[in-house]
Amino acid sequence: MFGKIVDWIDDRIPMTRVWNMHIAQYPAPKNFNFWYFFGSLAMLVLVNQILTGIWLTMNYVPSAEGAFASIEYIMRDVEYGWLLRYLHSTGASAFFIVVYLHMFRGMIYGSYQKPRELLWLFGMFIFLALMAEAFMGYLLPWGQMSFWGAQVIISLFGAIPVIGDDLTLWIRGDYVISGATLNRFFALHVIALPLVIVILVFLHIVALHEVGSNNPDGIDNKRKKGTVAEEDKPKFKFHEYYTDKKDIIDAIPFHPYYTVKDIVGVVGFLILFCWVVFFMPAMGGFFLEAPNFEAANPLKTPEHIFPVWYFTPFYAILRAIPDKLMGVAAMGASIVVLALLPWIDRGSVRSVRYRCGFHKWNIAGFVVTFVLLGWVGATPQTDFKTIVSQVCTVTYFMFFVLLFVYSKNEKTKPLPERLTK
Amino acid sequence: MMKKLLIGLFALSVNVLPAMAAGPSVPLMEAGNDISDQPSLQRGAKLFMNYCLGCHQMQYQRYERTFRDIGIPTEVGQEQLIFDGSKVGSHITNSMAKDDAAKWFGAAPPDLTNVARVRGSDWIYTYLKSFYKDESRPFGVNNTLFPSVGMPHVLQELQGLPTPIVEEVEENGQKVTKVVGIETDGSGEMSVDEYDQAVRDLTNFLEYVGEPTRLESEALGIKVIGFLIILFILAFMLKKEYWRDVH
Repeated sequence: MFGKIVDWIDDRIPMTRVWNMHIAQYPAPKNFNFWYFFGSLAMLVLVNQILTGIWLTMNYVPSAEGAFASIEYIMRDVEYGWLLRYLHSTGASAFFIVVYLHMFRGMIYGSYQKPRELLWLFGMFIFLALMAEAFMGYLLPWGQMSFWGAQVIISLFGAIPVIGDDLTLWIRGDYVISGATLNRFFALHVIALPLVIVILVFLHIVALHEVGSNNPDGIDNKRKKGTVAEEDKPKFKFHEYYTDKKDIIDAIPFHPYYTVKDIVGVVGFLILFCWVVFFMPAMGGFFLEAPNFEAANPLKTPEHIFPVWYFTPFYAILRAIPDKLMGVAAMGASIVVLALLPWIDRGSVRSVRYRCGFHKWNIAGFVVTFVLLGWVGATPQTDFKTIVSQVCTVTYFMFFVLLFVYSKNEKTKPLPERLTK
Repeated sequence: MMKKLLIGLFALSVNVLPAMAAGPSVPLMEAGNDISDQPSLQRGAKLFMNYCLGCHQMQYQRYERTFRDIGIPTEVGQEQLIFDGSKVGSHITNSMAKDDAAKWFGAAPPDLTNVARVRGSDWIYTYLKSFYKDESRPFGVNNTLFPSVGMPHVLQELQGLPTPIVEEVEENGQKVTKVVGIETDGSGEMSVDEYDQAVRDLTNFLEYVGEPTRLESEALGIKVIGFLIILFILAFMLKKEYWRDVH
């Protein structure tokens, strides 16, 4: 009976074929480690954001007069409204945590290198869309930090010569942040950007499955047809789409091996996530900033205006440069340069495991830089921190300059024949 | 146009609320309150309804759920804690007009629903213990934590009116007189300890109102995380079982 239903559907849409090609008979390298959890976790958080977002939308009022009160209504009067909201607000921060770790994985194992440039670019576009999504979502509670944060960030566009002022006016739809801004941000936040993100995630996965996953060794596990001895081939069945073109070694089907493994990652992640949601949803002011519990007041500037933590590294680069236009340009460049990584890195060895010692130090320095920038961007400015942010801005870009230089004739370690554990 | 508006906004914000600037100048005292202490919450609610609600609203919080959460029977609450004849399902509001209030106090008294989330419990506790006599102010009182505050010392009948301890201190090479502390004058109905407890109760109540679902959240959180830990062990065993054929 069940088989008949499946056959009936398969005659009409390629259900079984897609399932096999992309899940049950998709060859994944067998040595994925801890760092490979974050892709599936990003998908999990995306689903969380969409589901909780739908239910929040049912009670949220997108107007300057009603927004703040409707959030309080959700927090106090809607059954489990507080849970929906905390899941959504914690999910926003969690999204950036897993995405940053996911990107870091790509950096250390050289996953952006040929032939995965487009995969990396789709990822960068997701990151961009995610930043826009988070920024617009943050305006919606219409608290003090929502209002003034948006005021500061939108005014950055004013630094662009000639069109700047008109551009900020166009974005806001008013001379100041107002209900008009709130309404358009709401529209973009609940439909336009989520749609873009979902489409980009789809393309990201299509690109991934076309070229195949990288792995912690950074070596290809798809070899030229006929070069792999029969006894070295895995005992698993893979889809002909992959085996017709190449000989595959050291791979396992995505399902059930990585589905069961990812469930472990998902549950582990949920333990940490729920711990924040239920016990410390404000996360000491990092996930929910204290001034945002006060309704937006255009006549009262908060003492300090900070973006939420996930923007602070880039915000620190902006503030490091005294000239506003140059600051905005540097902030933009700090993201563009990440997207150009596949072309900046001229090496042919992907994984940090087999690259030169200097590369390890360069990456370590980059991590320290990123964290320091995040810290100075999230705390009140002092003379000392201005210097820190300036030094870190230089070291941030130096990572890419150095990589470009040493990757050309890099002294690398010999690559293994087969994937290591 | 844009720039003028912004400058105007900024100027306004500077003029209207000079006292809102600058962070805490005095170290905060630890409130030491406990939102699971229902008698304390009930005493805090009573203090709030009697001393605060005349000027400060809790416009997002309803009487009924407040009574339910802090263990006051609805009829008792209706009778003893609702003074303006509101229904129990109503929000906790007063009828003071914002414009009048701004005229009387310099700024309209802020809504207190979320004050504990904006300022923190320690801030509220310290603030309520930091009023002192200052004849130069309209209401004859000032506050060490919130200098030039527009609010009178509404708990004066309970605490009495503390007098300031003034000292000459060096600041940026100049000698200035500064209020370094306050001492009670003992004219209040309560002893120092009783007043501390009353302020702690009130702080406790404000913290509860800031997030009325906190205790429910933690109770549910323990169950959810307990479930997830068991699920984690099962998921881990399942993974181990499957991966036997890989290794």
